Amino acid sequence: MTERGKLAKWLVVLGALHGVIACAGFFAPYDPLEQDRERPYAPPMKLHFRDAQGRFHTRPFFYPLRMREGSFDQYDEDIVRAMPLKFFADGSNYKLLGLVPSHLHLFGASRARICLLGTDGYGRDQFSRILYGGQVSLLAGLLGAGVTLLFGLGIGTAAGYYGGWRDEVLMRLTELFLALPWLYMLLGLRAFLPLSLSPLEAFLLIVIVIGLVGWARPARLIRGVVLSAKERDFVRAARGFGAPDGYLLLRHVLPETSSVLLTQAAILIPQYVLAEMTLSFLGLGVPEPQASWGNLLANLQQYSVLMSYWWMYLPAVAMVPFFLGYLGLASALQEWANPHKWK
Amino acid sequence: MRFLLRRLAHTALLMFGVSILTYLFASLAPGDYFDEMRLNPQIAPETVLALRAQYQLDRPLPLRYVRWLDSVVHGDLGYSFSYNSPVGPLLWVRARNTLFLTLTATLLAWGLALPLGVRSAEYLGRLPDSLVSWMMAALLVVPDLALALGLLLFAARSGWFPTGGMVSVDFNSLSPMNKLRDLALHMTLPLLALVLTALPLLVRHVRAAIADVLDAPFLLAARGHGIPRHRLLYRYALPAAANPLISLFGFSIGALLSGSLLVEVVMSWPGLGPLLVEAILSRDVYVVIGGVLLSTLFLVIGNLIADLLLYWADPRIRAEPGAK
Repeated sequence: MTERGKLAKWLVVLGALHGVIACAGFFAPYDPLEQDRERPYAPPMKLHFRDAQGRFHTRPFFYPLRMREGSFDQYDEDIVRAMPLKFFADGSNYKLLGLVPSHLHLFGASRARICLLGTDGYGRDQFSRILYGGQVSLLAGLLGAGVTLLFGLGIGTAAGYYGGWRDEVLMRLTELFLALPWLYMLLGLRAFLPLSLSPLEAFLLIVIVIGLVGWARPARLIRGVVLSAKERDFVRAARGFGAPDGYLLLRHVLPETSSVLLTQAAILIPQYVLAEMTLSFLGLGVPEPQASWGNLLANLQQYSVLMSYWWMYLPAVAMVPFFLGYLGLASALQEWANPHKWK
Repeated sequence: MRFLLRRLAHTALLMFGVSILTYLFASLAPGDYFDEMRLNPQIAPETVLALRAQYQLDRPLPLRYVRWLDSVVHGDLGYSFSYNSPVGPLLWVRARNTLFLTLTATLLAWGLALPLGVRSAEYLGRLPDSLVSWMMAALLVVPDLALALGLLLFAARSGWFPTGGMVSVDFNSLSPMNKLRDLALHMTLPLLALVLTALPLLVRHVRAAIADVLDAPFLLAARGHGIPRHRLLYRYALPAAANPLISLFGFSIGALLSGSLLVEVVMSWPGLGPLLVEAILSRDVYVVIGGVLLSTLFLVIGNLIADLLLYWADPRIRAEPGAK
């Protein structure tokens, strides 16, 4: 496959994955905060095609769960009441992409809840929470990477283009930041900010903290590119004709950094998604009841959950395709940027 | 010798810079350990003020920093509010456990990465190479949090491994042989999590470095002389490819240190990680500063060792005019 084709393939894959998360309201059957106190820690429900009499149905159906007598987390399928799965069902209200109000869901059921991936301790639908949680985690990763790249671009360009003492000072600072183990730095930085915050405040704070921790490496790379770009013949020619610094930077130097920026973005975004997850997992990130992949996993820190409710681990699986996508994108971008190096 | 001194001075300067940076951050932070007391109606405002005065939180910033530096020199690293003891001794115990885990993981990861990388470079583009590449890609796709939690889940459900801690409750009553066994069992999962996350990067770099050298004329000549394959790879190719790998070694220590923080929390290994998270949640400033500084120190020492190794391994660096 050509470099361009590979790139397109990974972009399509990632686009589809992000599309699903972005339209979580449509793909999730329920609101992520909707509780069902009757069914805490219900296991994933199975979809059936063949009923108790052995007849085959083209429309999948499920049996609602009923708590076993005398237990608090054991469920049986109520095989008398077969509930057909409805596609494009009416359900709770949501705003598609945060803009278009709607109450149409990809699937759902009337009279009983269908929880494909089980429920958590409050009986909230795990499938819906994973989709909605993905919005928080991915957005944090994307915005955080944006902050880092902006910061790195500014510092790298200033150091590389102007050189001299600015370069010296900025590069020493960069070394300082590179010397810190990043997870410790992330926690250290988070440590000194307020602990109890509203979900939105916490989210913005995390984005900024994550974004500020990682700027050193991109800054160094961009400085290198800018250093070589500003000595290119066409740039020197433009300078000779009296082009001002601002024009030179915008027109000639910064475009040279685009492939480094793109590759770095593809590397940074999954890292930062993981950073958000780590913070939320440790209880330093987005707080409950707002779902994020990290705080969904935090349940596993309780031994009883770990022992008995394996479906609470599923949010960790949800991010694997995204990592795969970004990994593929990063290597495709690298091949695309310098094709001769990779035979 | 001058090289060593210069590097040491550089390191000291770096640590100084990091200490100012962390201290500044810590002090600019809104709120402190005694804020929660202030909200408690049963504690008189005067008591809180007195406590703040006792811990000298009411002094100006530069003065506090100097006093803190003084306590660093004495090995105290400030005072922990929640443990009510100097931070230093608290950290040392935890740091020992973290170092133990991280260094073992580093050795193990490199011990695996070298043969794997060399083997794939040797069979570049053929079956063993693509097999290793696929394995590494698979590992790379699974993030460390998912891996650590997955291993923990596995331990909990299979019951083959303990699900946390460093030793069992009855550790002191065990015979030496059983003590070793107990420790090894507790260490297996954290080690596995760390090694598996670190491995892909290491293997990729070893492979690239060796593949670069394998085309060199001197290796062709060596092969022509009929030098055995194993000797060719490990005695001729590996030293020639060592330079970038030694730099990577320093870097890998830092990466494993960061990774070990999360793994320690997940697997409740009594290292720096859980202590740090606890300290953050209770606003125990000096413990946080100490933890960050200590981890930085480890990383910097790791890089220093890598530099010295490089100096020792590569005569070209020794010959540089500035490095004499």
